Amino acid sequence: MSKTPVLQAVGVTKAYGRVIALDGADLELFPGEVLAVVGDNGAGKSTLIKCLSGAEIPDHGQIILDGQEMSFKRPQDGRQAGIETVYQTLAVAPALDIASNLFLGREMRKPGPLGSIFRMIDSSGMRKAAKEHISALGIGTIQNISQAVETLSGGQRQAVAVARAAAFGQKLIILDEPTAALGVRESRQVLKLIESLRERGMPVILISHNMPQVFEVADRIQVQRLGKRAAVVTPKSHTMNDVVAIMTGAMTVDKKDQALSPVR
Amino acid sequence: MSQETTNYDASAEFQDRATFSQKMQAVLHKYPWLSSTMVLVVASITFSFFNENFLTPSNFSLILQQVAIVGAVATGQTLIILTAGIDLSCGAIAIFSSMAMAKLVQGTPAVEGDGLSIWIAFPAGLLVGALAGAINGFLVTKVKLPPFIVTLGTFNIFLALTLTFTKGTVPANEMPPFLLTLGNYVNLGPFRVTTGVLFMIAMYIVLAFALRYTSWGRHVYAVGDDIDAARLAGISVNRVLMSVYIVAGVTFALAAWIVIGRVTVASPNTGGDLNLDAITAVVIGGTSLFGGRGTIFGSLIGAVIVGVFRNGLTLAGVDLYFQLMAIGVLIIFAVSVDQWIRKARK
Repeated sequence: MSKTPVLQAVGVTKAYGRVIALDGADLELFPGEVLAVVGDNGAGKSTLIKCLSGAEIPDHGQIILDGQEMSFKRPQDGRQAGIETVYQTLAVAPALDIASNLFLGREMRKPGPLGSIFRMIDSSGMRKAAKEHISALGIGTIQNISQAVETLSGGQRQAVAVARAAAFGQKLIILDEPTAALGVRESRQVLKLIESLRERGMPVILISHNMPQVFEVADRIQVQRLGKRAAVVTPKSHTMNDVVAIMTGAMTVDKKDQALSPVR
Repeated sequence: MSQETTNYDASAEFQDRATFSQKMQAVLHKYPWLSSTMVLVVASITFSFFNENFLTPSNFSLILQQVAIVGAVATGQTLIILTAGIDLSCGAIAIFSSMAMAKLVQGTPAVEGDGLSIWIAFPAGLLVGALAGAINGFLVTKVKLPPFIVTLGTFNIFLALTLTFTKGTVPANEMPPFLLTLGNYVNLGPFRVTTGVLFMIAMYIVLAFALRYTSWGRHVYAVGDDIDAARLAGISVNRVLMSVYIVAGVTFALAAWIVIGRVTVASPNTGGDLNLDAITAVVIGGTSLFGGRGTIFGSLIGAVIVGVFRNGLTLAGVDLYFQLMAIGVLIIFAVSVDQWIRKARK
């Protein structure tokens, strides 16, 4: 496994007025791994991933994607660069069908003058492609690709959002508390999806509050504390209690004991 | 850590015990225009019992002519309501545009015969509609005011501007033939309608195509459905809203063209109540005031339903006040059905 990170954040700082949300935060995401980012409220998890996805512009520090320094101004820039984000708020349009949601904002056009002059969208082509994306992720519970998203359960809706990210994310996928709004069984579906993303070699950053879930799917766990990276551990090297202790500052981990290089 | 102990699949549950009314709800949910079409068919059959002249081609031609203007305004109104907005200024924009066209082509009464070419005056009238729409769009997207308030304000402003611009007078000179085109009659088999009716139907076809078969159309629905989800999906929400208000402004100006054809003059005093008529047509046509749900052809059906009720009740000898009451009942019925449908899958 290569040692160069897909995505790297170096000394990222972000302040909102006098509140310092990020105080020189670092992060490395290696190819094919699931990196969980955990931390107490206000530890800077959300701000960090917003800086990575382009939703916020950092005050200082570098975001390096595949060895190139990035300067994202808008979420669209991050998306353009191949970073897809899935939000906890089930960001799908309920009345539109699954295929339309998968391609929302990136519709396929019909070939030839129908597409170029009349700007007709290729509905059947999108349905076909959507079906492939959905089945590639092993989401067997969705049978009809042209059914409206509002007829799906919360887990299935989130699956559609994840499938959308997987279909268009070239470099990596960020999942921002994807299970926060879901029940137990629905969360399980999403965790399965994360595993199938890893099987396909797609690097994933998972932001979560849910320790058991983090310990189940993550390869490495980055613990944020007071706007900085407190430690990076693995589910094997440390227990949930250790992680909580690091989060609250009750425990510190020596640099040499941390999992700063890829474990997969 | 919150852990739910029970969790069952609500949709599976739903399918297991779907009653007739639930199935009905689901069907209407999928095809929102269905209920309005049924109302139209039932109403037409009922009225034909009261007067044998009702269900005749000539009577239906008349109804279509009567609804051509409201139908045309309802196209733009539908677009705006699909984005969960509303436009109270549509009638004012239509009058503003029609007065702009008429005044520019005829010149000011003080200086006789200094009018512009119709090929400048007509596009200028459309431009007035587009600009008025752009002002509404700007206030909604940039100043972030609710569409209801914005258009309530601009409704008055556009009316005031029109009255200032025309000093409240009706342009007295003969209109150029081009502006009257949409008042000409054509025979289509047994039907004899104005070209304005055909023009209105053409507007529906063009916008229905755009809504159904282009990315823009999907985005209009997505923005009305869930604006945050649309934004997170990478849609430039403000650009979509802006385009909707501008396109709607142009449709109102085109409706003004039909108005001029029908009444052969441009008057600053007619059409102020077009806004409520157009909203009525859209709502009866099954488009949800909460956005994201409905079809544009539903609004055409809605406009025709209002026309059919007015005409049918008149032919049946029903008092005008009761006609108004019937339209009122119809609106409340349509919105109740919409609410009921929306509850279906929540």
